[in-house]
Amino acid sequence: MILTLVGVSRGLLQDQIRRSRGIGADIIVRAPGSAILSLGAGFSQNFIPYLEKQPHVAMATGALIQGTGFLSSVTGLDLPEFEKMSGPFRFISGRAFEKPDEVVVDEYYAQQHNLHAGSYITMLNRRWRVSGVYESGKLARVIIPLARLQDLTSNTGKVMVVYVKLDNPANTQQVIDYLKAHGMADYKIDSMEELTSEYSVNNVPMLRQFIAVVVALGVVVGFLVVFLSMYTAVLERTREIGVLKALGASPALILNILLRETTVLALMGSITGILFTYVARWLIMTYATGGLIQAIVPDWWPIATGLALVGALLGAAWPGAKAARQDPIEALSYE
Amino acid sequence: MNDALILSVRGLRKVYRVGDVDVNALRGVDLDVKRGEFVSVIGPSGSGKSTLFNILGGLTPPTSGTVLLDGNDLLAMSDRQRTNLRKRTIGFVFQKYNLLPTLTARDNIEIARYIARHDGEPDPHFNDVLKLLGIENRLDHKPRALSGGEQQRVAIARGIVNHPAILLADEPTGNLDTENSNTVLTLLRDLNQRLNQTILMITHNPEAAAFGHRIVSMRDGRIVHTTATELTPKQPELFP
Repeated sequence: MILTLVGVSRGLLQDQIRRSRGIGADIIVRAPGSAILSLGAGFSQNFIPYLEKQPHVAMATGALIQGTGFLSSVTGLDLPEFEKMSGPFRFISGRAFEKPDEVVVDEYYAQQHNLHAGSYITMLNRRWRVSGVYESGKLARVIIPLARLQDLTSNTGKVMVVYVKLDNPANTQQVIDYLKAHGMADYKIDSMEELTSEYSVNNVPMLRQFIAVVVALGVVVGFLVVFLSMYTAVLERTREIGVLKALGASPALILNILLRETTVLALMGSITGILFTYVARWLIMTYATGGLIQAIVPDWWPIATGLALVGALLGAAWPGAKAARQDPIEALSYE
Repeated sequence: MNDALILSVRGLRKVYRVGDVDVNALRGVDLDVKRGEFVSVIGPSGSGKSTLFNILGGLTPPTSGTVLLDGNDLLAMSDRQRTNLRKRTIGFVFQKYNLLPTLTARDNIEIARYIARHDGEPDPHFNDVLKLLGIENRLDHKPRALSGGEQQRVAIARGIVNHPAILLADEPTGNLDTENSNTVLTLLRDLNQRLNQTILMITHNPEAAAFGHRIVSMRDGRIVHTTATELTPKQPELFP
């Protein structure tokens, strides 16, 4: 549970980073008041030709983003312009959109929604034909023509973000400083490198606390499950413990045997849990909608294993010690 | 204690407290068992034979009296000392076999050696014992795959693997049919005769009791009479 939850939170961030890097831009310009995961209000796309005229700017292109549900959105792009910046989309099937009601989706979205070129999806209260499925890693999961999205969301002539490519990435800071000094001081202007580095657990508001709460709940629930399981297991094995006592096993030896067994169980449980994260990832990729991505988090494996071990050993110690002190005759007559 | 005696009991009393009432389970038992003897203790329910078994096995302390088992005074021993005594001096065979269900027959025998801290392989003669018990080909099976008779034979092997001074058997045929009962009783008698294994068997069945050299009858917490059977203790017939 812990590994899956941490994996999902990290997977979403890593996917965001990968897609941001896939844009090929050096600078991102957002409206005033934008945050890492929210883009704020739209602004005029007339900024694009303005930006393209600035020193060291090779090209600029805008995007409009519209939420369509929990963790899912649709992005409007001028695809030919965007491809000039990011490089061509690699289509696994189909082609780029050519008509206003066509949409392209990435492979994850297609897998989660069982889509392929020629399928239809309903979005923004309309039916869209999927013209192609592209390799993931290009800014968004669902892309439609920019003009069409502007029209549908009453944002004609507006974009929410402008991506800027420079003649040389080494000039990034110089250009940012220049833009801020020339009438764009209120806009959020960041280097893409800076932006992607901000996509971390520590920089997303409340995510760190959320993960801490989830982990704490996992520890408490895990401890109680293990504690009650061990308590029941020890009760069920009262007669066996009586046999061990009759054979001359001391309470310390019985406790030792129980705790060793618990350790093996906890380790096996941890390995099973790790394997289940792969199953969970497959299930999320296959059945979950909304663009959830689960990363595999090997750095959390020892942490989760440690938590399982501590919980199991603490949970086993009390009933184990109680059982080891039992009267052997009472234990042997237990039914 | 006479060197020939493995067990000497004098004036043994055991009082249980049940609620506010004292229950006299044993009311002054005197009993001697010689080394190599096979003694059957017989009596109806409530006669005190199981209490006697528990005290002789060091599973519960006596209230008063003297119990000398292989030179150890059970009345003077602490719980820990009695636990240690059970490791090597006493072997148990129970009515319900009491094998550990998750272990194979071999491991059920081995765990008794492990608890007694016997390292290495069992002595070569023990393989002959396993053959005698007829379980040498059943050792890798778990108890659920064994018949009742086989389980009891594994329990006997576990009981004697540490060469105890005395093997205590509590109704060893109580859960078995006639054929398996005869097999188990014959095996106990063979073990007694071939290995000179001292055995004290609790039973309520007179036919089973007749497999011993001597039948001790109990009633109301006392030994009421002792009868010698036609069998006599033999000199040990060691395995080659």
